[in-house]
Amino acid sequence: MDDMYQHGVRGWLAAPVPASAAQARAQQIWLGCKRFAANRSALAGLVFLLLLVIVAWLAPLIAPYNPFQQSLAARLMPPSAAHWFGTDELGRDILSRIIYGTRITLYIAVLTAGIVAPVGLIVGTIAGYFGGWIDLVLMRIVDVFLAFPSLILALAFVTALGPGIENAVIALSLAAWPPIARLARAETLTIRKSDYVAAMRMQGASHLRIIWSDVIPMCLPSVVVRVTLNMAIVILTAAGLGFLGLGAQPPSPEWGAMLSTGREFMMNAWWVAAMPGIAILLTSLAVNLAGDGLRDVLDPRHD
Amino acid sequence: MRQSLLEVADLNVSFGEEDERHHVVKDVGFHIGRGECYGLIGESGCGKTTVLRAIAGLNSDYDGSILLDAQKQPKARRGAGFLRRVQMVFQDPYASLHPRKMVEKVLREPLQIHGFDRQRQRIDEVLVQVGLDPSFRYRYPHELSGGQRQRVVVARALIMEPEILLLDEPTSALDVSVQAEILNLLTRVQRERGLTYLLVSHDMAVIAHVCQRIGMMQHGRIIEEMTSEAVRNGQAQEQYTREFLDASAAFAAALEGDAT
Repeated sequence: MDDMYQHGVRGWLAAPVPASAAQARAQQIWLGCKRFAANRSALAGLVFLLLLVIVAWLAPLIAPYNPFQQSLAARLMPPSAAHWFGTDELGRDILSRIIYGTRITLYIAVLTAGIVAPVGLIVGTIAGYFGGWIDLVLMRIVDVFLAFPSLILALAFVTALGPGIENAVIALSLAAWPPIARLARAETLTIRKSDYVAAMRMQGASHLRIIWSDVIPMCLPSVVVRVTLNMAIVILTAAGLGFLGLGAQPPSPEWGAMLSTGREFMMNAWWVAAMPGIAILLTSLAVNLAGDGLRDVLDPRHD
Repeated sequence: MRQSLLEVADLNVSFGEEDERHHVVKDVGFHIGRGECYGLIGESGCGKTTVLRAIAGLNSDYDGSILLDAQKQPKARRGAGFLRRVQMVFQDPYASLHPRKMVEKVLREPLQIHGFDRQRQRIDEVLVQVGLDPSFRYRYPHELSGGQRQRVVVARALIMEPEILLLDEPTSALDVSVQAEILNLLTRVQRERGLTYLLVSHDMAVIAHVCQRIGMMQHGRIIEEMTSEAVRNGQAQEQYTREFLDASAAFAAALEGDAT
């Protein structure tokens, strides 16, 4: 058994003295993965999210029907062998629509996270690092955005820009970056006074270099965790926008919009609203669980 | 008298807003010759670390002048010329190493900033000089002991090949057993490289071990300057210095008593 650990990839990852920078980094990542995997619920969340990605990717192969195919003869059919999740008011297969809807949800969530994390990180670290009037101006801008409830702000922007997925992403990003900037600034305030930043200054490092190589790596874990946990809110808000008719437009199979139309048939066809509702619930739950697990791994204060 | 390499004149530092301004360092002045070790000693809060940070350029809010080779240094950002000649070793090796940077990166960054050649070789050399195996280059700080970390901190200061090291209580955050190792390392490196030290400490044993001349600080002033022989022979002039020396001697004796 011992021999097995000395050779191959495992041995390379467990070697007590790393022989290269890449190996040292890989060992750290491997340790992180092991800790993440030890958290069962986080692992379950991650597995569910991976499943969603695969479903979104292979949607045309998995979906039993065309999500836009209407069939008035098969309106509001309850879940059955032919239609696992039933059909909606136009006779479209709900399972197929939910499968295609995964693409829209992931698209919104990933794009929003991809906009929010860098913007929040840059604004927050610059404000915290330089302080003074730069901090004052940036933080007042953040205050203005924080003063509005995020859904209301998103609503206002979508109304101004016009409904649609891209505009929903912009609106959600505008509402979601200020808390990230706040977080990054708070972290930066403690980091900039640290001895290791003083040491970098003693070595003649430029402000840009200090922010890039000392401040951002320390802020990144908490920002990543926050953005991940935020993704659940983004998914819910996106569904909310869809529900109000301001997100994806019909006939696109967005979960919130599906939920909204299902509302009319709640009494005699519960599955039309319940199925997309469950999809939203499970997805945001999975994101939350995975985010919690990620925090345990990344955030040094939770060691 | 020798030409002094580093000179501090009329240094005054205050902290706080106008109404509650604390005058922490008052009219401090001293000079250090090339190859000399000068110690600043005093109880906690007497302003010795503040003096060091002002010299290092980490605190630009001071009055007075700091001269390197008789050239007055600007208060704001020190130039690359100054930083290549003056480096600092910090007190707490748990705080002064970036927790997510490999030793390799910690040591390579100053080389990159100042455009040194043979970077890999220099890192190996400096690690060997501070008593670490070159295989330590791919370690993270949390994988190292306190003493090993402090060796990395010393290596980081040495890799720029400075002439002056500012030492801010370099042993006080370490285990007693490791303190002697680090002090021996510092004295050995000083001999090998002909460095000039400015050492700040509250521990008379540390200062007397390393320094030839010693400045006694109290309430932000240097009240007395003496040689280490004078300290060993108990020839202090000021009342406070005598009390301080007696207290630390008694403490050292008590420690010895514990040990036996």
